[in-house]
Amino acid sequence: MSLIVDSALEAIRLMASGDARLMEVAQLSVRVSGTATIIAALIALPLAAWLVQTRSAVRAPVVVMLNACMALPPVIVGLVVYLLLSRSGPLGALGWLFTPNGMIVAQTVLITPIIAALARQTLDDAQLEYRDLFGSLGLSRWQSVATLLYETRFSLLIVLLAGFGRAIAEVGAVMMVGGNIAGETRVMTTAIALETSKGELASALALGMVLLLIVLVVNALAQSAKTWIGRRYV
Amino acid sequence: MKTLRRFNARAAVVALLLTCAAPSVQGTSIIVASTTSTEQSGLFAHLLPAFEKASGIKVKVVAAGTGQALDIGRRGDADIVFVHDPMAEERFVADGSGVSRTAVMYNDFVLVGPGSDPARAAGADIVSSFKAIFSARTNFVSRGDKSGTHAAELRFWAQAGVDPLTTKAAWYRDTGSAMGAALNTAAAMNAYVLTDRATWLAFKNRRDLKILVEGDSRLFNQYGVILVNPKKHAHVKAQAGQSFIDWLVSADGQSTIASYKIGGAQLFFPHAKK
Repeated sequence: MSLIVDSALEAIRLMASGDARLMEVAQLSVRVSGTATIIAALIALPLAAWLVQTRSAVRAPVVVMLNACMALPPVIVGLVVYLLLSRSGPLGALGWLFTPNGMIVAQTVLITPIIAALARQTLDDAQLEYRDLFGSLGLSRWQSVATLLYETRFSLLIVLLAGFGRAIAEVGAVMMVGGNIAGETRVMTTAIALETSKGELASALALGMVLLLIVLVVNALAQSAKTWIGRRYV
Repeated sequence: MKTLRRFNARAAVVALLLTCAAPSVQGTSIIVASTTSTEQSGLFAHLLPAFEKASGIKVKVVAAGTGQALDIGRRGDADIVFVHDPMAEERFVADGSGVSRTAVMYNDFVLVGPGSDPARAAGADIVSSFKAIFSARTNFVSRGDKSGTHAAELRFWAQAGVDPLTTKAAWYRDTGSAMGAALNTAAAMNAYVLTDRATWLAFKNRRDLKILVEGDSRLFNQYGVILVNPKKHAHVKAQAGQSFIDWLVSADGQSTIASYKIGGAQLFFPHAKK
């Protein structure tokens, strides 16, 4: 019990003092996972849109595969991206191993299937509801999909937040690809793992509380953005 | 109220774009693949600012077990390896992955275990302590990760005439984890564990664990530094890497190593051979 109290006090102290190293680590977490979420969305949302309107035979296997890939273990994604980006690997010339760019690649691979699978299901559900309407309006398949994307935008925002949450909370991929280099590739989760290794359990737990707070703030911002858009256009 | 909301949302978008666009500054920097003991004990946090001030070269440390650190070097993903398994280091140089090995410093391993010492392992002879643990079948936590500490532990088992891996015994806990994680496990299980002294001194979650064996000459733990072979990996920053090695063995570097203390205790001892 005293450990939790100590950690909470330590978390408050860290944030109140604006600890420079903490700010750096927290900022990198948000930058890496935020960028990964944006890139993943740019890949996943068009993919989901294509899956919703296509009658291709590959649709069913792709859907199953995407759903299964929601369970990709971060450490495996980390290992594969590590081997790809290694100087001895095919993309070694980029020099991205042990850099934030490499971490963004790994997290993008990790969350693209999650965003695509959830977005696909969201759009499919909406399509059932709107199908008759679209038919009577004589919309083309792609016009229908565009309308569906717009109509489900708030659900899709939650899908993006789920992807972001997965990215910022994972430790296996960023540890392997980033290397947890102080001041370079150390993010909240790898810092927590390091503090735990040092037996600094209170400090590790304090960082965990700060991480939860960051995620809370991001979600609150998303919620206020949603409310703002809602008031303005609906 | 409405303008405030609008401002909030715009600020959020701007903040998001800013964090995404922040560039990473690249000066001269080298990557050092090292061990968890040097990182988790805080040595690098003590050492690197002094070197960076003296040379203007930034050092980025990736901490892994010695086995993984050597593999990172072998693949060309680091400029320097800084590890503690002399035999594996010699192989690393012999197979052409590294240029040459330079001795830098040493510390020692200690056997820690429950204060009550149910196996009566305390003493000055590490091999008889390992035999005592085996006879009593008390819980023993192994790193099991091909680290330098793991290699030392396996040497002591071999000298004690015990093969814990083939016996598959319940008392032998092969955790496959870094030093700190293994210490956390040992503390929770009240088990015996072999650790380097530096990580032990820096470790905060000891519970009932105490040092039971120390000072045996076989517990000597030697650290070496190797430049990754630029002939094999052309992108290796040989010049900056060599200046880091030169600094480590210089009078300045050696005294910086010696001055790192936790609670008055020195963690690493300079050991450069000139």
